[in-house]
Amino acid sequence: MNAPLSPATAAAPASAATAPLRRKPLVRTGPLLAPAVTVLLLWMIVPLAMTLWFSVQRYNLLDPTITGFAGLDNYEFLLTDPALPTVVLNTIKLLGGVLLASVVVGTLLAVLLDQDFFGRGIARLLVIAPFFVMPTVGALVWKNLLMHPVNGFFAWLATSLGFRSIDWFTDLPMAAIVTIVSWQWIPFATLILLTALQSLDREQIEAARMDGARGFTLLHFIILPHLARPISVVVMIETIFLLAVFAEILITTGGGPGQATTTLTYLIYLRALLEWDVGGASAGAVLAIVLANVVAFFLVRTIARNIDR
Amino acid sequence: MKPGWIAALSLAALLSGTTLTLAQTLTIATVNNSDMIIMQRLAPRFEQATGIKLNWVVLEENVLRQRVTTDIATKGGQFDIVTIGAYETPIWGKQGWLTPVDDLGDDYDYADLFEPVKNGLSYQGKLFAVPFYAESSFTFYRKDLFEKAGLQMPDRPTYAQVAEFAQKLHDPTNSVYGICLRGKPGWGENAAYVTTVVNTFGGRWFDMEWKPQLTSGPWKEAVNFYVDTLKKYGPPGAAANGHNENRALFASGNCGMWVDATSAAGYIFNPKESKVADKTAFTNAPVAKVPNGAGWAWSWALGIPTSTKNADAAKKFVEWATNKDYVKLVGETEGWVSAPPGTRKSTYANPDYKKAAPFADFVLQAILAADPAKPTAEPVPYTGVQFVAIPEFQAIGTQVGQNIAAALAGQTTVDQALQTSQTAVERTMRQAGYPK
Amino acid sequence: MTNATAGRRPSTFSYILMTILGWTAALVMFFPIFWMVMSAFKREIDAIAVPPLFVFEPTLENFAAVQSRANYFGAAWNSIVISVGSTILGTLLALPAAYAMAFYPGRRTKDLLLWMLSTKMMPAVGVLVPMYLLFKNAGLLDTRTGLVLITTLANLPIIVWMLYSFFKEVPGEIIEASRMDGAKPFQQFAMVLMPLALPGIASTALLSIILAWNEAFWTINLTAANAGPLTAFIASFSSPEGLFWAKLSAASTLAVAPILVFGWMTQRQLVRGLTFGAVK
Repeated sequence: MNAPLSPATAAAPASAATAPLRRKPLVRTGPLLAPAVTVLLLWMIVPLAMTLWFSVQRYNLLDPTITGFAGLDNYEFLLTDPALPTVVLNTIKLLGGVLLASVVVGTLLAVLLDQDFFGRGIARLLVIAPFFVMPTVGALVWKNLLMHPVNGFFAWLATSLGFRSIDWFTDLPMAAIVTIVSWQWIPFATLILLTALQSLDREQIEAARMDGARGFTLLHFIILPHLARPISVVVMIETIFLLAVFAEILITTGGGPGQATTTLTYLIYLRALLEWDVGGASAGAVLAIVLANVVAFFLVRTIARNIDR
Repeated sequence: MKPGWIAALSLAALLSGTTLTLAQTLTIATVNNSDMIIMQRLAPRFEQATGIKLNWVVLEENVLRQRVTTDIATKGGQFDIVTIGAYETPIWGKQGWLTPVDDLGDDYDYADLFEPVKNGLSYQGKLFAVPFYAESSFTFYRKDLFEKAGLQMPDRPTYAQVAEFAQKLHDPTNSVYGICLRGKPGWGENAAYVTTVVNTFGGRWFDMEWKPQLTSGPWKEAVNFYVDTLKKYGPPGAAANGHNENRALFASGNCGMWVDATSAAGYIFNPKESKVADKTAFTNAPVAKVPNGAGWAWSWALGIPTSTKNADAAKKFVEWATNKDYVKLVGETEGWVSAPPGTRKSTYANPDYKKAAPFADFVLQAILAADPAKPTAEPVPYTGVQFVAIPEFQAIGTQVGQNIAAALAGQTTVDQALQTSQTAVERTMRQAGYPK
Repeated sequence: MTNATAGRRPSTFSYILMTILGWTAALVMFFPIFWMVMSAFKREIDAIAVPPLFVFEPTLENFAAVQSRANYFGAAWNSIVISVGSTILGTLLALPAAYAMAFYPGRRTKDLLLWMLSTKMMPAVGVLVPMYLLFKNAGLLDTRTGLVLITTLANLPIIVWMLYSFFKEVPGEIIEASRMDGAKPFQQFAMVLMPLALPGIASTALLSIILAWNEAFWTINLTAANAGPLTAFIASFSSPEGLFWAKLSAASTLAVAPILVFGWMTQRQLVRGLTFGAVK
């Protein structure tokens, strides 16, 4: 794990945080930080230590006769899995797809809902509603009531308009999952971006208008720069939640067809809760933590600059 | 003082075995299948009769399995009674995680249970869970559509005939598809069904040295047949359809034929739930080359974890929920068509049941024919018809199921899918230390 | 929703166009929920009907079936206890930390913040078995206390983060001024900062409640009969045998309704608060 996110840096938070204050002895931040940092440290280190330990053990929950030190066998088994490149790619596709959708659609919706129109308050409520729906419920509703190729609403819509109904989970499995997950997260993006827009200086927009800025120009030069920071927030928070997505995959495609929708988290789910190979799953978890930290390192670093600006 | 205490305690211990006990509580984990929901509905009668209070944890199958396995393997002790399948029972029995249930009393009449079902729930001759209901697989078909097309369904159709019928019934413009089969990846979904096809084409999962056989002739033939038929004459989205999806499709009149669990028959025949209740008939599961393993053997059963502190009360409940009187109770309160099928000879001797369930004889035949010890033509080192009763099978079945679904979705060829599967299974088996 | 919010009166044409666009977007986003609620009032056979039924005779039988099988109110109460409990606990833990990091930043503050977020990146599915063993030994399995603790931990990084952003919004000069007046740190915190940051704290709490309400991995896997919240309630209605769309819709509607109503009632608060310092 990389340095900036490793527990090592956090091990000395109190002294680090209080350092500048010794010059200006105003308040000791140690006691203030201690509770949150301690519980988070425990929350991170205890499972992390257990995961690291199990990842070098032969440990199958269903077969207590398999025991002993495995060395790096579990890692080797994982890293030589021919499906692994596909799985990592799928993780990136899901993450990228949903982030793109929530930023683009979220921005458009936010700009739209910032305009003055009839019944705007109610329209806003309707748009953010999906955020309150449990992920499993959302996935079940989409899979059965909407995307079902025979009885689903979309199939009816397509056939009555003269098109062939799309067989979502066979032909476009990843797109289907990205759609479902995006539906859950677009409202979050909209909500944050909308708030940011409302703080945009109206006079600034008016001035730009006077100068002849319209539509796209206005969006590009005035609105988007203003949204850079909230967009960063959206990307960062959503990344964390999207890396954990597996229920939607389990419910809709079960990771298939083939490996088309198997992400890293889903692969770990299979190892851990279907094969009960605790050793193998722990190795997968370690890999996931490493990858998440790599993503975090690049993503969060750039974004954090944006946020602290 | 001290002896007094001991006397009081032993008195309490004695009483706890009787109906006089102070509120004793049992936690039951069960699956949300309709037969179990009926059990939950009738359970207050047990509570009144015994004074034992019941707490229910009802979950869908995947979540239930995950939840119960975590608890039993870590000896968490959260459940006094668990609902488990024919796959887990012998494996868990072997690990010593389940209390044997062969001492439920003379009234229980063990001889009344079907032998193959009992065998499927035993390890080394000891019964580790009592069957709640059992199923095999057979063929549902629409007699109205068959009549209209001038077709005649034989008593024991071959897969070649089934493909031919499917072609004639297939009418996608009217949303009627020739045949519906499981396509959703999973060891209990498409892998279960495809295994029965492989069995009857003469294939097996492993040879006697535990070497995977997925690239052998029978596998290729069987999977090619399955993929071709379902691609040509199946519903759209077949690769995402499991048992439930197909059940809904058949019940809403979208399938000409459907090869699946016999336990769905009661539901398809219920006019409140199904649009085709009066239009459906059934026959045996199709065969190809050998009759062995053409229909599967599955049961849902009630087991008692060794981690429970209430084993005696738990035994009382599983006795109540699976004895002859319970079957009768369901028949009388819910209608005989809903009586739990496939476990007791007495159910199938009952004229009321036979009258209400016209499929009874076919179910009986199918269950008696599905022998977990001899699932296919050649000898195998494992038991199980549509699964291999080893802990690794959930993983293997799911991987192979995913590859077959990929072939069905047209992402790979069948040969590629089987080759990938062979490699994956070899890897998993090596990792698990086979051959043992 | 008046013209007062905008600086100038929009042309009638753009007003109508925006109304059409805005409502189209709203209806598209809301449609899945609308359809779910509709299906909850249909008979099972009508729920899968093709073409779909927009007009039908509504029935309450699904709700009756759901309530007869599962204890909705018990599960809803558990959900409320868990989400509110974990939010209170999480906020209490996070407030001092966020305060310290926002107003007395050190060289490592940013690293600390990022590290906190990174604790959320460990895949929960990979650590179920270790956590189950820990919970078992601590006697926390199937207790609301256990669930409050684990949900608190899961959401704490987000809470710290949001509070930090809100505190950063408060102009440093105000705190500085109160310090000059001789206010102690606690007084600064309670008398000066709290009133200013209250909307932010409130909306953090709202978001935390929503996230806890929807958390479906730990809440299902660490509970049995006593502490199961609405996520576990839903798991007993998803994919049973047979037609289940209408009953599932009814159960889902029941599970989603409280948080949806709550979210709508507090939407204004949520929008105001969720700015992460974007408002200057």
